[in-house]
This record gives sequence, structure tokens and C-alpha cells, in this order.
Amino acid sequence: MSPSVPLQEMIRAIRSARTQCEERGVIQRECAAIRAQFRQADNGGRSHNLAKLLYVHMLGYPAHFGQMECVRMIASSRYSEKRVGYLGAMMLLDEKQDASLLITNSIKNDLSHSNQYVQSLALCTLACMGSAEMCRDLAPEIDRLLRASNSYIKKKAALCAVHIVRKVHELGELFAPAARSLLSEKNHGVLHGAVVLITELCERSSESLERFRKTVPDLVQIMKGLVISGYSPEHDVAGISDPFLQVRLLRLLRILGRNNETASDAMNDLLAQVATNTDSTKTVGNAVLYETVLTVLDIKSESGLRVLAVNILGRFLLNNDRNIRYIAMTSLQKIVGTDHNAVQRHRGTIVDCLKDQDASVKRRALDLSLALVSASNIRSMMKELLLFLSSCPPELRSQAANGIFTAAERYVRDETVPNLIQLITNTSELHCYTVHKLYRALLSDISQQSLVQVACWCIGEYGDLLLRGDCQEVEPMQVCEDDVLDALETVLQSHMSSTATRGFALTATMKLSTRITDNVDRIRSIVSIYGSCIDLELQQRAVEYNALFKKYDHMRYAKKDSTHFCCCGVILFCSVNSFAFNVILEPECEQLTMHVLTLYGLTL
Amino acid sequence: MIRAILIFNNHGKPRLSKFYEHYTEDTEQQIIRETFHLVSKRDENVCNFLEGGMLIGGSDYKLIYRHYATLYFVFCVDSSESELGILDLIQVFVETLDKCFENVCELDLIFHVDKVHNILAEMVMGGMVLETNMNEIIMQVDAQNKMEKSEAGIAGAPARAVSAVKNMNLPEMPRNINIGDISIKVPNLPSFK
Repeated sequence: MSPSVPLQEMIRAIRSARTQCEERGVIQRECAAIRAQFRQADNGGRSHNLAKLLYVHMLGYPAHFGQMECVRMIASSRYSEKRVGYLGAMMLLDEKQDASLLITNSIKNDLSHSNQYVQSLALCTLACMGSAEMCRDLAPEIDRLLRASNSYIKKKAALCAVHIVRKVHELGELFAPAARSLLSEKNHGVLHGAVVLITELCERSSESLERFRKTVPDLVQIMKGLVISGYSPEHDVAGISDPFLQVRLLRLLRILGRNNETASDAMNDLLAQVATNTDSTKTVGNAVLYETVLTVLDIKSESGLRVLAVNILGRFLLNNDRNIRYIAMTSLQKIVGTDHNAVQRHRGTIVDCLKDQDASVKRRALDLSLALVSASNIRSMMKELLLFLSSCPPELRSQAANGIFTAAERYVRDETVPNLIQLITNTSELHCYTVHKLYRALLSDISQQSLVQVACWCIGEYGDLLLRGDCQEVEPMQVCEDDVLDALETVLQSHMSSTATRGFALTATMKLSTRITDNVDRIRSIVSIYGSCIDLELQQRAVEYNALFKKYDHMRYAKKDSTHFCCCGVILFCSVNSFAFNVILEPECEQLTMHVLTLYGLTL
Repeated sequence: MIRAILIFNNHGKPRLSKFYEHYTEDTEQQIIRETFHLVSKRDENVCNFLEGGMLIGGSDYKLIYRHYATLYFVFCVDSSESELGILDLIQVFVETLDKCFENVCELDLIFHVDKVHNILAEMVMGGMVLETNMNEIIMQVDAQNKMEKSEAGIAGAPARAVSAVKNMNLPEMPRNINIGDISIKVPNLPSFK
């Protein structure tokens, strides 16, 4: 008797339970009964009990006590019991259980059974939960079945071989010859299995890949047969002949043609034919077209074919069916790195998809939009992305924000420091106030690079105003030269200061040498230390400043006001910081200026 | 590779769960609950693809589903499977079930879950698509069922006899049998049912 009848009674009993608690009670009673029956040695209704147990397992209740029963059932000679036993093995056993080793022998015997359905049960179970040891033991059997059996068994053996190769990579070598010969089969199921097996072998090892490249002509032939041949009722799905096999073949061709000119050439005609002849009004047609497009874009195809492929993707993007739009965006994502310009052409449609109702489509559109951001379209893209961020579903928010920040970092230049310095220079009435405030800020915290840079520049430029100390707007503070130099030195030596900040501080220190009178030696020593600094920029500055000290010391106080060194400082500043400042050139400074410029190798 | 095939109804009760990767029982139930939660939130006219939940493997895996009346058919696949192909496979699976069960409905799946497993085993093996031709699948399933029935042998005879009589269409019993000049009154027989 088939296991169904008592099983149905139990299912009816479970369904009639009105509450979860009642259901649990029913199931516990049933499980107890099943357990008791398992313990009995010989039992006519064994398969019923195991079937009941599997149903209970599906609902989520523990069923591990059925594992040994599975082993016993598999060893039975009756087909019905074997069937349930193998089903139980697939659901309850896995390689970590000890019981799984016990069924290895049963599987081995069943693989050579006279009845093909028993063989198929064994193959199915091995492919589902076979451990590495089991696979190693049984691989020769599978190889035998691949060569000499009927097509029903061959196709199952092929997929079983795929599982074995996944578990034990070295066994791929064993199956390669058999796989090759399977390509000449007529039965579509066997062909399908053979293609999957060859795909797995090629993905695992490059020698297999090389070997199977020689089969490209055969594969092209098979594919042509499918595409061109007339209506074949047994494999037809909505007008396309065996689309599943076509898709698998295209995928294998993709793997074989990648990075290989000869293989790619052999496929070009076929791919063009498939791309133009396939009917795209039904889902199946689109599945085949989609696979063709992916293949064309992945191998070394000729440019005309590539253009055709991207156009097909563009057509998909405008399709009414959301599924098609979703997969079009998935494939555009794959090629956005290599064919960036082609994808940019569809940017408008993609950005529109950000407003789609469907969360999956939105997610794809977001990924693709972030990938398409470039220096030329950043403004418009940001507008769209910010609009999206304000109304997007919560699970996409972090990704969108992250993307926007990354784009900002890459494309936006930080102009704060030069703009602020320009502002300060232009408001001469606030110089005193500014330098005092910034000095105080510098004393309290030197971690913010932009602030420190502006502060150092101001101290260097308006240090005399700072030292004079008489400013109306701020509370009076006595600042002596040592304090100022201490502050600048702290910035120079702090590990928090970036190289640019240190450059600012060094230049400021140098500029102070014209504004202060007592501590020139200190300045000279600070500057000379940096003459041997590891950083090239700082070293260069320090050496040149040193040279200025030595050669032009006599000119330091030639004029009471500091325009000379102001002008030198400005030129130095200009050249090393590339700010667009106006260079003030007074005739008296011309000689000095020319010296400085030759020092830098610059010409005005 | 297909990682799992789940069928559950509109309230999340599992009608079939087949995992091609090993998980503990608790994890399996959690996956079913999480998948139901993700899939039931979807509108009717959105696309049939979803990123997988955390438990089943995250964004590397996709959930491809179809909603038929009261049932959700969900296939959890990785990136090596063609999404549209799997969508077609679900269609072929449902059509096969329809042929095998004569206008399949949810009750058929509930009470004959082992048969559904057998049909599925002819289509997907070890996480890979085995056969997509509906007639071939049905042929094999029928042959296997026949084998099972023939094995039942003598022990199954009483049960088969009972079910045969229950289904028999008895013509209306005559009250009187008149043959020539003999008249027999037929007694009231108890009903077989």
C-alpha cells in the first residue's frame, strides 16, 4: 500500500487542530506512536511512518530519531520503502551525521540495480547530500553509468557528476572524456546534463577549459539546430525550441569564448543569428536574448555585434514588463565598467527607474546610477539622487547616502581654505581681529586641518598685528614672540597635522622672521631642522628658506615695512600652493624677485 | 545552482520545502518565515525577483517567485542561474503538477506532499535543473507510481477492492424482479457506504 492513506489521516488530524497548542499535542502523540513503531523489528507499515515523520519535519518539528529508520528503509528490497527512505535521507541526513556513511553501501548496490528507477533514486540522493568520501567511493560507478546506460540514467548521472566535481575537484579529470562523448547524444535531457557538466569542469580548471575549447564547433552546431530547425512539439515552449538548453549552451559558449579570439570568432555568426531571429514578445524569447547579450558582451566579439547587444539591452529597459527592466539593469551593471559610454546613453531611462514603484527595480536603478556618476554629469545626477534619498525605502537609504558621499569625495574640490584666505585678505579692517581669534583657536585645538592652515597663514601674514596686541574687538591678551613660535612649532610637530598643514606652518614661521626681532635664531633652527625632513615638499621649502636666510639676510630689514618679504613670501606661496593671488612687484624688489624665481626655476 | 525550493500559502504555512544545502531544522523554519515575510510584502504588479534574505545567503542569492491563487512558489537561486529561465521553470513545474493531479489545488499539495516531492525530484536534482520537458517528467513519474502499486501485491487487494466498490456506480436496485411468473421481492440491502 502506498504510504499516502495513513499519512492523509494524520494530516487531516493536524489540520483540524484549532490552535498551535492543539497541533503540537497531536504531533507529539503521532511522533510517540511513530517512535514506538520504529522500535518494533518487522513492521508492514514502515513507509507510512516515515512519510508521516517527513511531513512533521516539514512543519518544523524535530525528526532526527527517524535517521536510522531511513537507513533501514533504503536497504529494503521493496521499491516503495526505498523511495520514502531515500526521500527521508535527503531531508534528514547530511554529511555531518554519522548515519550518512551507512547508506554509502546501499547506494553503491542500488547504482548497479537492474531497475532504472532504483538507480535513479540512488543517483538523486547522492547528488543531493553526498559527502566528499561518498563521492570519492562512488565516482567510478558514476563514470560507468555516464557511458553505458539509457538516456534517463545518463542525464541523472551527468548531474550527479557535477555534484561530485563540486565536492572533490580532482575528480573532474575522471569525467572529462565521458562528458565530451555525451555531446553527441540526441536526447535533450542528456545534452542539457552534459552541458552543465562541461560548464562545471571548465569553471574549475583551466586545462579543462583549454581542452573543451575544441568543442566550440560542435556546440555551435547543436545551437544552430535548435534555432533554425522547424517546430518540434516535444521541446517547444511558447514557440522557442528548448529555451533551457539554448540558455545553457550560450552560457557555456560564453565561458569558452572569454579572452580567446579564435573561439569568439567561431561564435560570432551564431550569436548574430540568435540575436536577430529570436522572438522577443514572450518571456522565453527574452530569456534567450538576454543570455545572448551577456555572451556577446563577455567574449571578444566584433564591434557591430556589441552595439547590437547594447541596443537590445536598451530595448529591454523600455519594456513594460518590470522583470525585463530588472534584468536589463542587472546586465548593464555588469558591463558598466567596460562599455561605460554605451551605458551612459541610457542614463535618462535608468534615472527614471529610480521613481519606479517596485523596490527591486529601485535597488537596481540605484546601483547603476551610482556607477554612472562621472565628472560631467555630477550635478544633474546629484539632484536626482538627493531627490531619491528623500523618498526612498529605508533599506536603501544607507547605500544611497554612502554612494552620494563617495561621489562627492571624488568629484568635488575643496576650495574652503583658499576662499577664506582671499576673504580675509580683502577685509583689511578685520585683520587684527581675525589673527587674534585664529591664534586663540589654534591654541585650543589643532586637529581641524583647514582651520589650522588658515590660522597659520594669518599668523605668518599678520604676525606683527598679533604681537602688538592692541585690538579693540577682542579682549586683550599679551602674546610674545615665543608663544607664537611655540604654537607654530606644535603644529609642525603634531602627528595630527597633514603635510599641507605643515607646509603652511613652515612658511608662516619663515614669514615671521621679518616681523619679529628677538627670535630669528630660533626660526632659523626650526627651518633648518626641516632641511632633512623625509617629506620632499617640506624639505624643499626648508632648504630654500635656509638659502634665503644665508644669501639675503642683509636685505631683510632694508625697508621698514615688510613688503619685500611680503612679496617674496607671496611668490613662494604662489608657486608652492598654486593659488591665484596677484603678485605685487615693486621695482626695488625686482632683483630679489629674480633671484627667488631662479631659485625655483620659474619664469614670470 | 538552486539553493532551496519552497511552496507556502498566503499565511506562511509551508506546503513543500526542499533544501539543496544543509541547514539545521531551526534555520530551515527561520528561512521559510523570512522568505514568506519578504515575499508577502510584494505588490501584485512588481517584478518577480527579490534579493535573498540574510539567512539564505544575502545579496548573492535571489528569490524568484510566482504567486498562484493561494500559493507562493519560491526558488532561491544563486547568480549562475538565469532569472528568466527559472521563472519559466516554475511555470513548467506548476503545469506538470496540474497534469498529474487534474486541476491541482492547495489541498492536493497538502495531502500528497510525497507525490509532489517525487515530481520535483524528476525536475531538479542536487540543486540543478534536470528535465524541463513536461511529458517526459510525467511519463517517468507514472512509471514509478506503477511500480509502487505493483509491489503492493496481495496485501493491497482488500484496500483496492474497498475503494473500487466505493467508487462503483451501482444502478438503481429493482424492488421486484419479475421473470416469467416468478416474482421475487428484493430485500432492503444496507448501503455499502
